[in-house]
Amino acid sequence: MSSSLASVDGLAAKPAQAASGTRLAVRRFLRNRLAVVGLGVVVFFVLFCFVGPLIYSTDQTHTLLQQVNQSPSGAHWLGTDAVGHDELGRLMYGGKVSLIVGLSAGVLATVIGTLWGAAAGYAGGWVDAVMMRVVDAGIAIPALFILLVVSAITTPDLTGLVLILGLISWLVPSRLVRAETLTLKNRDFVLTLRAIGGTHARAIIRHILPNSVSTIIVAATFQVADAILLVAYVSYLGLGVQPPSTDWGGMLSTGMTAAYSGYWWLIVPPGLAIILVVWAFNAIGDGLRDAFDVRGRA
Amino acid sequence: MSTYSFLIRRVLQALAVVLLVTVVVFCLLHALPGGPARGILGPQATASQITAFNHEQGLDKPLPVQYVYYLNQLIHGDLGMSYTLNEPVSQLITERLPKTLLLTVLSAVVGLLVAVPLGVWQAVRRNKPVDYVITTLSFIAYSTPVYFLGLILVLVFSQVLPWFPAQAPQGNSVLAVLSQPQGLVLPVVAGAATMVAVFSRYMRSATLENLTEDYVRTARAGGSRPRAILTRHVFRNSLTPVVAMLGYYVPVLFGGALVVEQLFNYPGMGLLFWTAAQSSDYPVLLGCVLVISIATVTGTLLADVLQRVIDPRVKAGRS
Repeated sequence: MSSSLASVDGLAAKPAQAASGTRLAVRRFLRNRLAVVGLGVVVFFVLFCFVGPLIYSTDQTHTLLQQVNQSPSGAHWLGTDAVGHDELGRLMYGGKVSLIVGLSAGVLATVIGTLWGAAAGYAGGWVDAVMMRVVDAGIAIPALFILLVVSAITTPDLTGLVLILGLISWLVPSRLVRAETLTLKNRDFVLTLRAIGGTHARAIIRHILPNSVSTIIVAATFQVADAILLVAYVSYLGLGVQPPSTDWGGMLSTGMTAAYSGYWWLIVPPGLAIILVVWAFNAIGDGLRDAFDVRGRA
Repeated sequence: MSTYSFLIRRVLQALAVVLLVTVVVFCLLHALPGGPARGILGPQATASQITAFNHEQGLDKPLPVQYVYYLNQLIHGDLGMSYTLNEPVSQLITERLPKTLLLTVLSAVVGLLVAVPLGVWQAVRRNKPVDYVITTLSFIAYSTPVYFLGLILVLVFSQVLPWFPAQAPQGNSVLAVLSQPQGLVLPVVAGAATMVAVFSRYMRSATLENLTEDYVRTARAGGSRPRAILTRHVFRNSLTPVVAMLGYYVPVLFGGALVVEQLFNYPGMGLLFWTAAQSSDYPVLLGCVLVISIATVTGTLLADVLQRVIDPRVKAGRS
């Protein structure tokens, strides 16, 4: 029994894109110039945040009151902030938090959404109806409002923050994966597997999800972009990481009052960093969507 | 499916969603540290005071019973009392909701008026420099946190160039707000920016899709001018999916209003929500969440119905 099941898995679960398909997708992706630039931007910022501090090391823990709010100079390329931290070093330091939290939250949201959507679409009937109404209810409450309510209740640590962001942003991927599952669940290879006694779980995990993988990857990329953007709101809404640690959103919201005093170097660099990285992930997602020929993001 | 049974089905679905939201809000209310009693009586309250308060308010009853009480209150329009303002939450919201609706509707209208022509223009000039420039700009607008955009707007158009006030119009009524239109410019622009980014993309792809349809070729072969085909046929057909997306966009609009109102000190529901969060005024917070969700569900429902009315293909496709 198990050998015949395995052979069905081997025959049918071969994802739609085989080796040559993957190469074709890569070629199509590389032809999209914006997407390639986006990939370059992401690689740059990863190096900047994770390798940068090794080359350009700065003190990001001690308050240095003799050098506060200095404008950019040879000693401090992007100036210093209100407690004397070097702004360029802080940009690397905060970027680490933004990227890690955004990436983890985006991936977590995609995983939850994928499982939920696949289960709902595969089950169908009233289970599907109830599960999708839960998604509707979640979408009906704007994410920023939930984050602000949470900020009134508690200040989470980084893991808590990832969990909260993941738990409020899995809704859109769940819809996409459900739609994909609906078209896949009555295909011959799934029915064959069921006919020879394969379980529902096997049908979902070995057949439906591998065949939805392009949809899931595209959704995940957009999800990471949205998560990094959401992380930028988090400090502004009072949920941010606590000083002396920081992230780009935190730098931006603490710099906001300083901006009126003309300290532009405290808001322009983190603002641009957020815009560039979010833009880059969106461009990559766009390129992947064209490369895999997946429809729509909503 | 007939239009009536579709309507009934959709309304029932919407009601189910609202009911689910009330469950979420109720659970949140009870998940609060120390519960509502701690919130009202403050951190100094003794254990016996809290017990007495819980008994008086019926908070020592089983949760399902409390939920039924809560629903009953909601049906009678009672959202509880604000801890800090000592006014009924429903009254606070009725005062401020119209002003928030004004801001969101203005942002949406301005956003659409800019986004729709942009998207059509991009589709017609596909893969030309104009298309790339607008695509890049809309990605940038989409990637900018609204509070950062608002700050830049204030710095540029209020500090450097003293064209518009940095503060939104104050006043208790929609009319009072409307009487100072120059104060609305920056908040509306900040609220509309993301919308322009998102909807110009939708409009672009919808128009592109329609331009490849057979009817376009037929009309062209029949001698219609390209411009006439675009305005008379393609434009109308492309607008339908955009209308449907509008419904899903309502929560984003409200999220934007939350930030914009705080940033420009605009006296709407978003600002009420914001101040309530600073003072842990839970009845106000959860009342606002409930009202916003109902508004969102209604928006989605309206967009669905509107789409069905505009486009006969939707009806045929769904049944």
